[in-house]
Amino acid sequence: MSAKSTYALLATFSKTPEFFQATAKVRDAGFKKWDVFTPFPVHGLDDQMGVGRSKVPIFTLCGGVFGFCLGTLITWYMNGFDYPLIVGGKPFWSPVFPFPVMYELTILNAAFGTLLGMFTMNLLPRHNHPLFEYEDFLKSSDDTFFIVIEKADPQFDLDKTKAFLTEIGAEEVHVVEA
Amino acid sequence: MSDSTAELTLSPEAARQRDEVLAQVKPVDVPRPELVTGDRDFHWVTEKICGIPESKTPRWWWIMFLVAASMATFTLFGLTWLVSTGVGVWGLANPVNWGWAIVNFVFWIGIGHAGTLISAILCLLRQKWRVSINRAAEAMTIFAVVCAGLFPLFHVGRVWFAWWLFPLPNSNWIWPQFRSPLEWDVFAVSTYGTVSVLFWYMGLIPDLGTMRDRAMKGGRKLKAMAYGLFAMGWRNSNRHWRNYEMAYLLLAGLSTPLVLSVHTIVSFDFAAANLPGWHTTIFPPYFVAGAIFSGFGMVLTLMLPLRAVYGLHNLITQYHIDCMCKIILATGSMVGYAYSMEFFIAWYGANNFEVFAFVNRAFGQYAWAYWIMVSCNVISPQLFWFKKVRQNTALVWIICGFVNVGMWFERFVITVTSLANDFLPSSWGYYSPTIVDILTFFGTFGLFSTLFLLFVRFLPMMPMGEIKAVMPAADGHGHGSGTQGQGYPAKEGGHH
Repeated sequence: MSAKSTYALLATFSKTPEFFQATAKVRDAGFKKWDVFTPFPVHGLDDQMGVGRSKVPIFTLCGGVFGFCLGTLITWYMNGFDYPLIVGGKPFWSPVFPFPVMYELTILNAAFGTLLGMFTMNLLPRHNHPLFEYEDFLKSSDDTFFIVIEKADPQFDLDKTKAFLTEIGAEEVHVVEA
Repeated sequence: MSDSTAELTLSPEAARQRDEVLAQVKPVDVPRPELVTGDRDFHWVTEKICGIPESKTPRWWWIMFLVAASMATFTLFGLTWLVSTGVGVWGLANPVNWGWAIVNFVFWIGIGHAGTLISAILCLLRQKWRVSINRAAEAMTIFAVVCAGLFPLFHVGRVWFAWWLFPLPNSNWIWPQFRSPLEWDVFAVSTYGTVSVLFWYMGLIPDLGTMRDRAMKGGRKLKAMAYGLFAMGWRNSNRHWRNYEMAYLLLAGLSTPLVLSVHTIVSFDFAAANLPGWHTTIFPPYFVAGAIFSGFGMVLTLMLPLRAVYGLHNLITQYHIDCMCKIILATGSMVGYAYSMEFFIAWYGANNFEVFAFVNRAFGQYAWAYWIMVSCNVISPQLFWFKKVRQNTALVWIICGFVNVGMWFERFVITVTSLANDFLPSSWGYYSPTIVDILTFFGTFGLFSTLFLLFVRFLPMMPMGEIKAVMPAADGHGHGSGTQGQGYPAKEGGHH
């Protein structure tokens, strides 16, 4: 195994408002490879971080359109084309009577698309992540907020960035090695 | 940029006028009810909720589990008897060819609807109180759909051919017939079950991550691996939360039309037939209201004992109980309205068969069932108008029991009375269930309870992330207005 090297600087916060203000400062300082970790979705944090709208709806739309087409196609193929059945004097196929089937398949596939979109956009599932090497990071799923600036960021400088994180209100700053 | 809440821009003149008016009116600051009481912090929420599956299995759990699992064998027994002998072992006989199987199916699927209402519709309506009950209610939905699904599956008679209902080529190359509401039902219920599982699972991911992290810290490798496998590497990054919240909102948006469509389609099973008493346009909304009514009854039936056993009073507060009681009151009144409107339309429609069907319901051979239904569904929820009643947890629990009983009888009355006395008096009959019907149905309560007990034992039964997000300390501006609206007192942050 190769020797461990610095992966990132990790700053901890225990109170939401301090953390909330600090994220905007990291954004304004122009860092690129950074992220924040919170035990729950913090309202308004996307704007603080300067990240845009999620792309998940595109997946939902694709799933829904696919499901609707699938429903239309199977009902037409099965009852109207491959084995036409006369039932109750109704047409072999019309968009009206199989509509519940088309409707349900739209929702079903849109839901699968949404879940798939969430995983895809989050690059999950993922087996491990360097941050898990740092045991206190596990508190991010309990009650502690973290700002992480990666070494890969062009502006990263161990001492300067450390000083910057302390200045914006971090309670503790750690070096994460991986 | 730092404050994302939109503010109206007022001209200085308008602002001055506003201040003048406000000075005159002196609006009272109406405090919003606290959703987590007892001045708790984030860590307490984690400890409380994770503590339940992490602690040693309590003795009552084993007792309940054994009772529930034994009861579930009734279903196994009933179904084995049915499959090995034939549907003749059920009480079905001409003219009543839809009996308890359909009644039980509609009953269970209706129970499930409250879970989806809480997780989807209340999410869209921004009802924050839903967060402490949505996980358990969604679990209830899934287990209720499991119980519901058994009945139509087995009532087809030769259950080994049940797959013919799915759009798969069978040996005769005959496809399903999509003009039938029963076929729509196959799609509606299977979609409902699947989407409920997806929604529930997605909501669980961050909490499974918490369970994994705690097991990791405690050095329980196997547990950490098991929870970690399903947590999919979730690490609470805001770049994750962003997509997660969007996906959650979308799933809520998808589940809302879904849940309304499911019981609508279930009601089509009846409404699309030409039988008096079934062939009415009021059925879809009336069935949906009834489903939500019964589902909330079941949510309270389950949550009140859990609240007492695990001391969850800070998370399921009196405010939560009030909200649920009020929904039961509202939907119960809608159901009562539907009952009277059915009667009115039967008379107003001037169709003798329709009039007979309804008079026969109330005063015919099944009058006893009809009046059980009316007293449980229409009269008992009216008690929830009184604050004293809503604050009496034991009484609430008992009334919810009545709601559950009443809603089962509603489906019984609808299904059986119309069939037993149909157009031809010479073929009239009186339907009674057999022991096989009874065992199969009561066993499903065992199955449902078994699954629910396993859920309580192994999974966090409340969404910790969502609960923390509605606590005052979660607000980024430090005054609790970001997520909560106004009126929250600014509190010290959540660290202890």
